[in-house]
Amino acid sequence: MEDIVEKMDIEKKSSFAIPASPAALSMKDHTTKINAEGINAYFGKVHALKNISFTIPENTVVAIIGPSGCGKSTFLRSINRMHELVPDSRITGRLTLDGEDIYGMDAVVVRKRIGMVFQKPNPFPTMSIFDNVAAGLRMNGVRDRKKITEIVEKSLQHAALWNEVKDSLSKSGVSLSGGQQQRLCIARTLAVSPEVILMDEPASALDPISTAKIEELIYELKKEYTIAIVTHNMQQAARVSDFTAFFYMGELIEYDATKTIFTMPKKKQTEDYITGRFG
Amino acid sequence: MYALCIASALLALVPLLLIFYHTISLGAGALNVDFFTKLPKPVGEPGGGLGNAIVGTLILVGLGSLLGLPVGIFAGIYLSEFGKNKFGMTVRFMTDVLNGVPSIVTGVVAYTIVVLPAKHFSAYAGGVALGILMIPIITRTTEEMLKTVPNSYREAALALGIPQWKTTLRIIFPAALGGIVTGIMLAVARAAGETAPLLFTALNNRFWHTTLDQPIASLTVFIYNYGVSPFEDWIAQAWAGALVLILLILILSIAVRVATRQRF
Repeated sequence: MEDIVEKMDIEKKSSFAIPASPAALSMKDHTTKINAEGINAYFGKVHALKNISFTIPENTVVAIIGPSGCGKSTFLRSINRMHELVPDSRITGRLTLDGEDIYGMDAVVVRKRIGMVFQKPNPFPTMSIFDNVAAGLRMNGVRDRKKITEIVEKSLQHAALWNEVKDSLSKSGVSLSGGQQQRLCIARTLAVSPEVILMDEPASALDPISTAKIEELIYELKKEYTIAIVTHNMQQAARVSDFTAFFYMGELIEYDATKTIFTMPKKKQTEDYITGRFG
Repeated sequence: MYALCIASALLALVPLLLIFYHTISLGAGALNVDFFTKLPKPVGEPGGGLGNAIVGTLILVGLGSLLGLPVGIFAGIYLSEFGKNKFGMTVRFMTDVLNGVPSIVTGVVAYTIVVLPAKHFSAYAGGVALGILMIPIITRTTEEMLKTVPNSYREAALALGIPQWKTTLRIIFPAALGGIVTGIMLAVARAAGETAPLLFTALNNRFWHTTLDQPIASLTVFIYNYGVSPFEDWIAQAWAGALVLILLILILSIAVRVATRQRF
């Protein structure tokens, strides 16, 4: 459990790795956190991902954009093996986390290291705010109350929710507003100290003010975590990400620094999509 | 249309109100402390009570729950969380068939598998019969209630690295607890109200039971025996027994609801 607290303290050590401006980014400046090689995903007979090769660099935000049904969520879910919950799903190719084969690891371990935030805020309905954040720890065998309290507080602070809920920790998680619930879900994910956080359209069900808060939060979180975010909102991708990948019909069309994608995309399909000509 | 619906809704309440009215008006008179504490008296002797039958019913339902609750709940969990295959479909179908089996047949089954080998009637045999009756009700309501829990909670829990079994038992099951408890109470009420399966299994007993390995009294069998008897005081006691049975189930339902009430 010590690694959780240690992870929380990493801020000081790793802050030097944050580049001053996303424009100066190149993938070569970063260690590879997640590497995908020739990923093909199938649901029954549907070929959902076609030969995707892709790298997520450490301590960056990678945005995945593309029209509905292009496979971006499928790709995200294949990273922490959530796609396995769908009966009839099948995947080929190699996916690694820090060089370790994700499909060779225990799925439970993978999901502890690679957290996920969903489109619709989904705090556990039978639990208080505190218990929601503590759930991942408690159910992975952490008994030390002091440690749990400490981590819950830190996680809520990290998720920029602490000041709003510190006096009502025993209230139901679902009593919060939508935006607060989503930050609660982010805090819940942070509490198990993942290395990577996957976000599947985390702000699409929220109002603009809540969305802005989540985006700010993402910017803060990349100091300590590696983040991949699927979004329908191209302005959002441009605002929060360092790199952007454009998926279309199950294929990775283009992947580059966000600024490059949005100012001088190399492929016509990318340009058509970001300028709103289709999708 | 609206008037028709209102009328039907009221009509549906009529039998319940009639039952309350009759049991209270005919049974309340025979209720006294002796009724709850004393043994039945022989014909012609006034007084006495059904204390042994009240305790017997509670014990029989308790024994039935020991069998019906774990089997029903875990079968329901299986069907809801893992049962999207041929085996699950078969189990689901068989459960529905079991639910439709007349309770007297269940009694005969318990007679064959428990009473015959032991060569005597017993509380255990009654418990087995009631347990078999409870299993399908609990299984199906547990399954249906678990299915109403949105998938997003399962995903949220699994994405935190919580193992599947803990996700099911500690996140999904508590979220569905209210509905599952309703199903359990339905099953308990059904079991407490059964007479036929007890005739072949628990039989009856005019005295206090000393072990669970011997015949045991139950309210329903007493209500049946006393209700068809020609003696006025027995018939009054049968009504009182029915009233007590209804109140027992009511109190139990309320108590369980209060105990499992969710905090939010």
